[in-house]
Amino acid sequence: MTLQPRGFGTVRFTTHNMNRIKQKLQEDPQKKLLSIYFTAGYPEIEDTLPILQELEKSGVDMVEIGLPFSDPLADGPVIQRSSEAALKNGMTTNKLFAQLEHIRETVQIPLLIMGYFNPILQFGVEKFCQKCKEAGIDGLIIPDLPVEEYELQYKDIFQQYDLLPVFLITPHTSEERIRQIDQISEGFIYMVSSAAVTGGTAGFGQLQKDYFSRVSKMGLKNPLIVGFGIKDSETFSAATEKTKGAIIGSAFIKHLTENGTGNIQDFIKKARD
Amino acid sequence: MSYQVNEKGYYGDFGGAFIPEMLYPNVEELRSRYLDIMQEESFQEEFRQLLKDYVGRPTPLYFAERFSKKYSTKVYLKREDLCHTGAHKVNNTIGQILMAKRLGKNRIIAETGAGQHGVATATVCALMGIECVVYMGEIDIKRQAPNVARMKMLGATVVPATSGSRTLKDATNEAIRDWINNPVDTHYIIGSVVGPHPYPDMVARFQSVISEEVKKQLQEKEGRENPDFVVACVGGGSNAAGIYYHYLDQEKVGIIAVEAAGEGVLTGKSAATSALGREGIIHGSKTLLMQTDDGQITEPYSISAGLDYPGVGPMHANLFRTGRGEFISVTDTEAMAAGLELCKLEGIIPAIETAHALAIFETRKFREDDVVVVNLSGRGDKDLNTYIEHFNL
Repeated sequence: MTLQPRGFGTVRFTTHNMNRIKQKLQEDPQKKLLSIYFTAGYPEIEDTLPILQELEKSGVDMVEIGLPFSDPLADGPVIQRSSEAALKNGMTTNKLFAQLEHIRETVQIPLLIMGYFNPILQFGVEKFCQKCKEAGIDGLIIPDLPVEEYELQYKDIFQQYDLLPVFLITPHTSEERIRQIDQISEGFIYMVSSAAVTGGTAGFGQLQKDYFSRVSKMGLKNPLIVGFGIKDSETFSAATEKTKGAIIGSAFIKHLTENGTGNIQDFIKKARD
Repeated sequence: MSYQVNEKGYYGDFGGAFIPEMLYPNVEELRSRYLDIMQEESFQEEFRQLLKDYVGRPTPLYFAERFSKKYSTKVYLKREDLCHTGAHKVNNTIGQILMAKRLGKNRIIAETGAGQHGVATATVCALMGIECVVYMGEIDIKRQAPNVARMKMLGATVVPATSGSRTLKDATNEAIRDWINNPVDTHYIIGSVVGPHPYPDMVARFQSVISEEVKKQLQEKEGRENPDFVVACVGGGSNAAGIYYHYLDQEKVGIIAVEAAGEGVLTGKSAATSALGREGIIHGSKTLLMQTDDGQITEPYSISAGLDYPGVGPMHANLFRTGRGEFISVTDTEAMAAGLELCKLEGIIPAIETAHALAIFETRKFREDDVVVVNLSGRGDKDLNTYIEHFNL
């Protein structure tokens, strides 16, 4: 067992050893959670830490730290370009863990790493999970690691290092498969808003609303958090009407491209309004 | 031991379906239905008929007498270069367009590198009157202007892939993104034995008509179905899968795979995946691929656009790892010389991809009575500019 940093008073007593994502999902049943995705090492290589600190200060509930990959299949142009830039900046898996080494001294909100499977496979899945645990990462989203492969080969390792596996569903996922994914997921289900790669700007129509409503009535054990196509307060409210929260990715990266790490608090405030 | 795919979609350690959930309904629909559809009598009938009347099959198995004499062995050439559109690629696109129709799809997407698979896809879409979108790297569009024009004449829309290195792997990424964005009406015709299960197996089955014909033709010419060796160039590996297919589990038939060394395996400008690759995930499949220590996929190099792919089909990764296949790599210079030699000795201008397979005879020696079948996968018309530049013609 590694030594856990000590918390304070009663908080430590009640939350001892509880995964931060689970804790966050439980603490206020009425609250809609705002999660932010950004690509580590973008716009500048050393921006990872200041961005995380600003996001926490802005009242964001959860963050997905993107591990950049050369071939991001499920991503639109904005995240493709940020990944490419981050890799050009010299971002690597080792570099990310070095940046995150002392993150829990300043940032307390739940943190997940989102990345494609190949870089994790090359790093070594167990070593990757161990490093996540040491840094204080709470969960992993690996879009191209399907539930079947996860269950067969990696479930035990995730559990050993207390990392919650988060899986995706889409408007075309069958009810049977949603239930299967719900059984295997821990924490929340990542609900992809529409049949599209990231960075869509179409807004949400009746089709999405029906889908949010249909899945929310299924009585799943995991709460739903919506991602893809959330860009402002309007889309955030529409996405969270029937669900627990929503994730902003491409729109936040666009903000970083235009403004650097300044004004992050403004961006978050606007998204919440 | 079998070298065919198992029921989970793996060839030994390689294969599987590492795809984002957005692609699951499409890939699962295909996985659960492809074998049944392929076995339907009406499917088989239509497939065979088109291969015969439209593609021009069976292609000849030609005894290359002067070439054989030079290398003191018996070399047969399987003439896939005589297929309609100039290469073996059309065997697969005919099969997949019929598959798409039976799945009720009315829009086709494809990726292409040199443009051969793009042309073969645009051709069958024109034949069936189905909408066709081909993704092609921005750099390849400039390098392969005649094939871009062919696709347009055939009614396809050619979309430049402007992400990443703007070549074949990025065109494949763009096609996959299109499929994510169009999950209901669209079928993705992958051009090689790569991608998530069931693609490698499905494409190999469509290409297996090549070795099926070789067995019959060799029986007539040599009085035996099995050669001593089958030889093919490997990029993704579809022409190789086609000529190996019926011999995979016949261990007395030697399997030789020829990869593109580019300027040399260790020069940093190479596409020799078996020598340079490590196990990883590319385009939904676990296989050998060229990548950095950090798991970023790297850009390969070969003079031949068709071999310029950083991975290799999982069937071939397994043939390499198990030692069932003998892997040889050939440089640009060696391949170009072998291409020109075939012109002079046999009056056949081969594609530069195919020329790689012919180049091994300089160094890999066979016995005089060995029967060696080389898959002459494509013709060289598309490569004239490269030949002209290389030899100052």
